[in-house]
Formats: sequence, C-alpha cells, structure tokens
Amino acid sequence: MYVAVKGGEKAIANAHALLAKEGRGNPAVPRVEADAIASQLPVLTSRVMNEGSLYDRELAGRAIIQCQGDVVEAITLVRAYRTTLPRFGYSEPIDTSALPPQRRISATFKDVPGGQQLGATFDYTHRLLTEPTEADISIENGGADTAHVDQPRITDILGSAALLEPDHEEPWSDPEPADITREPAEYPMSRAARLQGLARGDEGFLLALGYSTQRGFGNTHPFAGEIRVGEVMVEFDAPELGFAVPLGRIEVTECQMVNQFMGSHDKPAQFTRGYGLVFGRAERKAMSMSLVDRALRADEFDEQSDAPAQDEEFVLSHADCVQAAGFVEHLKLPHYVDFQAELHLVRKLQQEFGEQHADEQEVDQ
Amino acid sequence: MNSAKIEYNIGYIDEQTKRMIRRVMLKAVAIPGFQVPFASREVPLPRGWGTGGVQLTASLIGKSDVLKVIDQGSDDTTNAVSIRKFFHRVSSVETTTDTTQATLIQTRHRIPETPLQEGQIMVYQVPLPEPLRFLEPRETETRQLHALNEYGLMYVKLYEDIAKYGHIAKTYDYPVIVNGRYLMAPSPTPSFDNPKLHQSPALHLYGAGREKRIYAIPPYTDVESLGFEDYPFEPQAFEEPCAICGSTGVYLDQIITDDKGGALYVCSDSDYCANKFAQLSKEGEGVSE
Amino acid sequence: MPILEVSNLGHRYGDRYGCREVTFDLWPGEVLAIVGESGSGKSTLLKTISQRLNPTEGTVRYWATDGTPLDLSSQTEGEIRRLWRTEWGFVHQNSEDGLRMRVSAGGNVGEPLMANGLRHYGKIREKALEWLERVEIPSSRVDDPPTSFSGGMRQRLQIARNLVVSPRLVFMDEPTSGLDVSVQARLLDLIRSLVSDLGLAVIIVTHDLAVARMISHRTLVMKDGRVIESGLTDRVLDDPQAPYTQLLVSSILQG
Repeated sequence: MYVAVKGGEKAIANAHALLAKEGRGNPAVPRVEADAIASQLPVLTSRVMNEGSLYDRELAGRAIIQCQGDVVEAITLVRAYRTTLPRFGYSEPIDTSALPPQRRISATFKDVPGGQQLGATFDYTHRLLTEPTEADISIENGGADTAHVDQPRITDILGSAALLEPDHEEPWSDPEPADITREPAEYPMSRAARLQGLARGDEGFLLALGYSTQRGFGNTHPFAGEIRVGEVMVEFDAPELGFAVPLGRIEVTECQMVNQFMGSHDKPAQFTRGYGLVFGRAERKAMSMSLVDRALRADEFDEQSDAPAQDEEFVLSHADCVQAAGFVEHLKLPHYVDFQAELHLVRKLQQEFGEQHADEQEVDQ
Repeated sequence: MNSAKIEYNIGYIDEQTKRMIRRVMLKAVAIPGFQVPFASREVPLPRGWGTGGVQLTASLIGKSDVLKVIDQGSDDTTNAVSIRKFFHRVSSVETTTDTTQATLIQTRHRIPETPLQEGQIMVYQVPLPEPLRFLEPRETETRQLHALNEYGLMYVKLYEDIAKYGHIAKTYDYPVIVNGRYLMAPSPTPSFDNPKLHQSPALHLYGAGREKRIYAIPPYTDVESLGFEDYPFEPQAFEEPCAICGSTGVYLDQIITDDKGGALYVCSDSDYCANKFAQLSKEGEGVSE
Repeated sequence: MPILEVSNLGHRYGDRYGCREVTFDLWPGEVLAIVGESGSGKSTLLKTISQRLNPTEGTVRYWATDGTPLDLSSQTEGEIRRLWRTEWGFVHQNSEDGLRMRVSAGGNVGEPLMANGLRHYGKIREKALEWLERVEIPSSRVDDPPTSFSGGMRQRLQIARNLVVSPRLVFMDEPTSGLDVSVQARLLDLIRSLVSDLGLAVIIVTHDLAVARMISHRTLVMKDGRVIESGLTDRVLDDPQAPYTQLLVSSILQG
C-alpha cells in the first residue's frame, strides 16, 4: 500500500548541513571573517547596506559570509533583521554640503570652487588583473588626498544664478517626508517616497533603467553635475533634550545629475536635476538613481512620458530585489494543488475534444 | 570582531508593527473583501514564500494559541515545516497538526477538509491579491474599478472561457464576490475549496507581503463564486476515492507510482487522511474481534 | 432641449492652446462634423468635450436621459464612467484603442453588457451575434479575436461594441481614415444607417470633407484651434464663406 511521503523536517536539516559544508569550502583554507569582508570588500558591503536599508558594516559583512556571497540573500537577511529594530525617532537631515569629501568631481565645469578631487576610484585604472604584490606597492604609495578647502556643492553655485531649479518650491512648508518602510506605497508617490524606493532599489535594475534613458527611452540629457563621497555626521533631536545630539558618522555617496529643460508656459528654461544618495561607496548606484529620479519627474515638467524609466508604478514596484528574488524563487515551492487543478482541467478538455471529434467523424460518415 | 548576540521579540516582529498590522486587519474585517494596503515588513522568509501570512500570524499569535501550518494541504511539506519551526522558535507557542485543536491555521493553497469552527482563524499566504491583475496590470486603474464596483472585465474572462471551452476554465484562485460588494482573489486555493468560504463560522485573513495588502472574510459572510446564470460556478470534483483512507468528496493529490503512467490519488489534506485512516483501521479491528 | 451645450471651451497644452473659444449646441439625433487639417485642434476639441482631457476654460453641459443638465467637469470620475457605460460611446481612429485585441469579437461586444450587470451567457452571446450581424460581420467570426480581422471589420466591431448598450451620444475620431476607399464608403454607409435608425447624436472628427458631406447634418471648420466657420453641412461645403474653408473645398475638388 502507498504511504504518503513524510520526513520534511529531516530533509530540511540534511539540506542545511550540506549548505554549511559547501559554504566552508576547503577546510585547509582559512575561514573568511566578517570583519575582513567589511573592511576589504567595502563596495560589496555598501551594496548590502543600501539595499538592506541599514547602515551597519559589521552586520552586512556577517550577512555576506552567511550567504556565501549571494548578495541578494545577504540583503534579505539584513532587511529581515531590520524589521526587529524598534523605531525610536528620526534623525535630522544630513548636510552633504558640509561633508569633507574624500572624492568630489564634476563633469560640468573644468575648474570648480574647491577643485576636483579624484579620491578612491576605479576610474582611470587599467582593468588588468594585478598580482597581489603590485596591489601592496600601490597602497604604500597611497597618500591622503583630502582637501581642507571649502567645497560648496556645484548645484548650489548653479542654483544661486537661477540656472538650476531650486532645491524646493518657494514658499515651502517643509513637509514631513514619507516613510515607505512604515506606510504602504500609494501611486502616485511623492518624490521623497520615490527616492526612498530608489535608494533601496536593485543596483542592476536601476543601472539598466538609467542606461535606457541615455539611449532614447525617455531622454533627459544628463550631465554629472557633482558626485561626492565622504563622511557626514548623523544627528538626532531628542525631544527631552531640546537640541540635536550627534550619533556618529556615516559614509555616503551623493550624485546630483543636471538635466536640460527647455522651459514651458509657466517656467523659463533652466536646468533641472535628478538626485541620488546612498550609503558608503556606491557611485554607480547613486548615478543610476539620479537618472531614474529625473526620468520619473517627467510629469512635473509636462514632458512626454512613455518610456519604462518614466513609469513610476513600473519602476517602483519592480525595483526591490528582495521582492523580485523572492517571488521568482517561490516558483520552487510546491504547487501540487494548483497544478493538480490545472491537470484535471486539461484532461477534461482533452477528453471533450476527443469526444467532439469522434462525433464530427460520425457526422462525416 | 565581537558580535553582540541578537535577541528577538516574541513573534519576531516588534510590538509597534504588530499593532499596525492588527489595525489593518480590523479595517479589513470591517470592509469584507477589500484589499487594505499595509507597510509590509521583511521577515526571515523570502518574499513570495508566505511573508504576508507570517506577518499576520506573528501579529495574532498569543500564549493561548495553538498553531497549525499547512502547505498544499499537508503539515509535512517543507515550507509548512519551516514556518511552524520558525514560530515555535520565536514565540514558543504550542503547535499541532490537528485541525480541530488549532486556533490559528496558516495555509498556502488549501482549506482543511475538516469543517472549521467558530473562533478559529485561517491565515492565507497570498501571492497576488488583485483578482483583476492579469486583465489590468495597473494598480491605479484596478483600485478605481474596485471603488466604482466595475467588474465587467472579470466577466469577460469567464465569457471567453465558455466561448472557447464550453465552461469556465479557472481552477484555482477562483474569483469571488464578498458580502455582495468586493471582488476578491481567494489565493491559489483550488476552486474545490471555494464553497467552504461561504457563511464560514471561522475568520479568514489574507496576507500578501510582497504586494503589501491585507484582506478578510469575517465569519458568516456571503461569499459568491462568480458565474453566469446559465453557467453557474462549479467547483472541481474528483470521481475516485482516496487510495489510503477511501474518502470521497475531498481534494486529491496525484501520486506517480511508476514510470509507466501508473498513478493513484490520495488526500491532499494529510491530517484529515490520517484521521480517516485511523478510524478505518479501528473499525476494521472491531469487525475482526 | 439640446443634448450637449459647449460654451467657450478651451484646452491648453503647456503654453499653447490646442483649442480655444469653442461654442455650439448639439441636438438629439444630430450628426455634427468637425473638420480641419491635422494640427487644427479638432481631436483636442473632441477629447476635451468628451472629458478625456480636462477643459482649461469654458464648460460642457450634458442633458442626461432623465433630463437633468450636468456640468461635465464637475462630475466625479464615477459619474463620467457611468455615462461611458450607459449613455456614451467613443469610436477611435485606431481600433487597438477601442477594442480588446486579444478578446474574441463576442467578448468585445459583450463586455459593455457585462459591465452593466448582464449575467446570462446565452443572452450576452445572442445580443453579440445580433450586433455582429448588424455591422455585417459573419457570425462564424464571433469567437475570433480582432487581431484576425481586416481594418474595416475592426472598425465595424468597434461600432458594435459602442452601440450594443444603446447610447444616446457617440464620439467618433476619424473612424474611416486609414481604410481603403471602397471600405471607407461601405463603413460610412453603415454608420449613416445605424445613426438614423437609432436616432443617435454624433460628433465626428474628420480631415476628409467627403466624410462630413456624406454623414453629417452640420459642420464646424477648425483652424489653429478655433472654429472659423460653421453651419449646415451642405451650405458650408457648397457655399463656404471663410477664405480658408474655400481653400479646403477647392483643394478637395481639384484633388
């Protein structure tokens, strides 16, 4: 007699043991520690912090190791952990104009107040695999290239001459920004909510969308107005104290994309902007984000809006890698019941088809 | 690097979030069949693997609860085992496979065969809460259609089925109208299970984590499966009995027994099947005495 | 009592008016043609009247079946949709905009009935077949999707889908352009006879004066977003007053 398959628990335990073994690899090779990941793979760590929406290098490092380098899985871990953290308040807005940049470049002006500063970048490196010893020599030659001069934001300079749209409308009531982790998204979204969605959006997806706007699918004529990387202070205004308390410094990458705009009935021609702000060193992500942010503002400027990157609902509801990966991968879960239902139907349809054709043949004869 | 040990709240989710989810559930109960948006959180399961159901269960579960988790009707499928273990770990609540003992039943794709009772809560894992989604991809438009009670589009799909196949060809996630007002997706349960929803004494809660929606069918609510006057809804039915317990009028899984097309059919509800089989064996012993 | 009263209507795109200062009444059973070259604002006007675009200025009043006058721009989305389901129709230039291309012809004609609450498959199908016959589509095609239809058939199907719920007012945007001349003539003939049988009020936009001549009672001539001449169609086309209309009419004659 048939006995239904049992033993799900045991099978799961075995699978997990095998997973752990695969993750450990060759036991003769030393185990990679989380702090090594956090300090030696800072770009990867930044990605996990960004899409995980949690600034914690150590946890990101742990997640990357635990997931054997599966970055989407690591992001999922960080997000799930983030859920358990109670929210005790909101920090003050960070001031990116005050950050002493480790890197600061502009593609719009050759000479800018405060100067261009390359900082740590893969730009201009030859993409050749190097020997470990060569890398060490480079480090020894690496000097502190941190400027101590004032480096105002390029957009502030352009803005003061009214060539660039202002940071916000005047008069401005400075509304509380949306919080997409606490309130369900409703379309159309506010720009603040959209930017949050983009900040935690999948880097590859945003890159492809940003790229598509450069290829005519929602052209926005972008210029990299300014990209800056550096550490800023996070401050928290505790109501019981009555003043802002510094909580610590975080590293961020900010990109202000400057875009052409020809003006309309109500507005003179001026440059408009797309904005990107992300944790750590994640320049490609910040640039992609700012391209997509600008593309999504098409309606604000009465622009023709028919490209994928301009479609808010399409972009924001598919940008999250945790959602996308989970739903794609859930196809691995059993679907016995619905498959059985469909099987039943297909059989019935085939049977009816057969009967019908038999009838037709009889009629023919 | 010294890592601090992480401690979790009871039920994993923090209390603020639980309160928010409970408020959304109350709203969902107050407007039967209406999809209430909520700020869905990440939980330690991937999206699409029941994160909506897990958030509802986490917000509902208390010390006196007895939890049952099923997937495809069975307590023993991997995802059911995984979710049951998770709740045992983060809430140390009592778990069961017995439908009659459970106060809270989290499910994917089935409603138990054993009739539900007053006071029981069913929590469904929902992949796509919007019944109109494949007819109209835009959320902004589907919300309008619900608000204005415009469901002609859904009937077009049913019309097309009849024109093409001679009958409605929707076999699971079969759309229903709840309390005479809202069109609702009952999650991918087979249409076989739809009649169990009508005037059910239990509370049915639906959670879609990735899509950030919660909806509900309160106890004793009218749930009508769509159909035409001359082509009414017909739940799928199986002709053969279960090969293990002999039950009829239950939903069956097909088991492939060899590579020559051999197959037999057994109950998809493993708890129901085990009970029936035990009963059968007892009766059998009674006869032999 | 007119069915529609348009006064001083205008729509602005950015800093440019698509149409402006348009005023006319439409009476039950009347067919009004709006003619002009492409870019003259006739399609913008049609969309603004039918609430597919918001009026920037002016008003549109509609007298509903029960005799109440409705100021259309102050109606809720729900009310406008109800009017589309029950009292209005819109025949698009491109049939893709007015049909569900992957749904069968029967489903396309049946959808408005289902949207209005008909829940009997047999009756829906019967009505769909009746309408396919009225628009000269063979009943054997009832289960075929419009993708398998010719351009002329698609337009006829669109007309059936619009008329099946017995509307009072139908908007048509260049319904015959893009079709072969012989197909055009047949479609116009069909529209003319249906409109007169059903007593429909119609606003039809066309760049083709021959279309206006064939089916409309009255004609508005548009140029640069404004109405430059209006009157009975025969009068406008046989004895045009505005120099621009004269030019339009003469170019047709020469062409």
